[in-house]
Amino acid sequence: MTRSVQGAALAATGGLVWSYLLQQQAHASPSAIRPPGAHDTDGFNAKCIKCGQCVRDCPYDTLKLAPAGEAVPIGTPYFTPRDVPCYMCEDIPCVKACPTGALDHSLEDIEESRMGLAVIDVENCLSWLGLRCEICHRECPVQNKAITIEHHPRKISKHAKFVPLVHSDACTGCGVCEKACPTDKAAIRVVPPELVQGEVGEHYRLGWKDKSSITQDFKPTQRPDSSDVAPTGLDYLNQGGL
Amino acid sequence: MAVESDTVKLGPNGKPIRPFVMPATLTGKLKVWRLLIYRRLVQFLTLLLFFGTAHWGWTLFNEPVLMGNLSSSTLLGFIPLADPYAVLQIFLTKHVMESEVVLGAGIVLLAYALLGGRVWCSWVCPINMVTDLSSWLRRRLPISDVFRVNRNTRLIILALSLLISAIMGVAAFEWISPISMFHRELIFGLGMGWTAILGIFLFDLFILRHGWCGHLCPLGAFYGLVGAVAPIRVRFDVPTCTHCGECAKVCPEPQVLNLKKATEVGMIASGDCTNCGRCITVCPEDTLSFGLRTQNKTDVELPLNLKIPS
Repeated sequence: MTRSVQGAALAATGGLVWSYLLQQQAHASPSAIRPPGAHDTDGFNAKCIKCGQCVRDCPYDTLKLAPAGEAVPIGTPYFTPRDVPCYMCEDIPCVKACPTGALDHSLEDIEESRMGLAVIDVENCLSWLGLRCEICHRECPVQNKAITIEHHPRKISKHAKFVPLVHSDACTGCGVCEKACPTDKAAIRVVPPELVQGEVGEHYRLGWKDKSSITQDFKPTQRPDSSDVAPTGLDYLNQGGL
Repeated sequence: MAVESDTVKLGPNGKPIRPFVMPATLTGKLKVWRLLIYRRLVQFLTLLLFFGTAHWGWTLFNEPVLMGNLSSSTLLGFIPLADPYAVLQIFLTKHVMESEVVLGAGIVLLAYALLGGRVWCSWVCPINMVTDLSSWLRRRLPISDVFRVNRNTRLIILALSLLISAIMGVAAFEWISPISMFHRELIFGLGMGWTAILGIFLFDLFILRHGWCGHLCPLGAFYGLVGAVAPIRVRFDVPTCTHCGECAKVCPEPQVLNLKKATEVGMIASGDCTNCGRCITVCPEDTLSFGLRTQNKTDVELPLNLKIPS
């Protein structure tokens, strides 16, 4: 009896330590850039069988399998855009090679993939500093959609700066821009979108962009008659509650 | 004369017990080592096929020969293969897999169910080379076990791995498996995985004899369950056995050589037997041989003193 309780306790302790290790591994590197089609992190972590067939089918040797000791969940495929970016093959061989569907087989258009999102360090970007560069814009495979060049006022003269801006609705996170960036350390980098992307919230309305939906959504609602609704503004002050 | 007959002990079949003696000639030695040589060839060739396909672009009929690793691979560009235990863990995470890998796992499961379950362990798994080295050294060094561990611990670890996979949503053993680490890094480039292999080597050598493969490994336990129904087994020719015990000395799972049970069923029935064949090559009486589970025990030729009365 005692022995079986001891055995169960040992198994439970072992199981907890084991679960803790897995938890650590699963969140080992939130900045790892995954192959195309690995959109859902939980699904990718669960399904990737670490066979490396995506790595072998990549014609540019972009993908690597994380060896033990790397700051990426062990054995999973990732790439470092500054070394070798994803060149966005039209037939997406890496996704086709995946036997488990950790790389989503429903991805048919490589421009729909979201491996990451390019972000610009405007303090170190040559264009933002006022020089003419625009290399990232010219190299970008989703030409003129993922990165556009915009006019930006230049305070020291009347001449405008021409600065790159990234658009998340088109950027695939392939990292060709990061590879091409001429600064010593890339001023444009690919990171997982969830690390940098905010969320506005549904209650904000941009009136100048979408008038019709605003007028519909913001029809004044019928004010309820019952007095249990907290009085607002002046009403509150006039009720003598103070 | 009387003194001489005292020194020659007799087995239960009335024949003198002879110890195993390693032959002096090279051909004799090679005959003893033959199954070991075949096993190493299979282990190396498997890794070589993966490595050659990955690094030297080996093809056959214009298709990559064996792409991937032992977790999952594609043979000749269209036959999927996958580790059924890994696929079972992924299945339990409740994430829906592509059918390809499920089919691959089915093919591999069927193959091992026919060949003998833990044939994986002694004929394919690369860790076997490491733990065999530990056990070879240990037979020559005076090291005793630090503690004892029940051999069924691996079944508990197997059950835990499936439970944790279901709860945590990731393949629990696949994420820490030193086996996967080892072949993955042999094929795809080295990382820190060798430290896990060194750990297993030292554990087997200094802490617990046959510690990893014989007590802890849940993959071995999984294939042990598969092997419980496998048709290829080590057959036991009852009348010739003198109970000399040479087989148990070399067996990595000596509990399977339960001679009482073997006498009843005429074979080593336990799924824990890895079909490595060490026992076959050291048996001085040729009592053991590879055969089929379905073979009839009474088919063996009985010596006169054991003849069943008609």
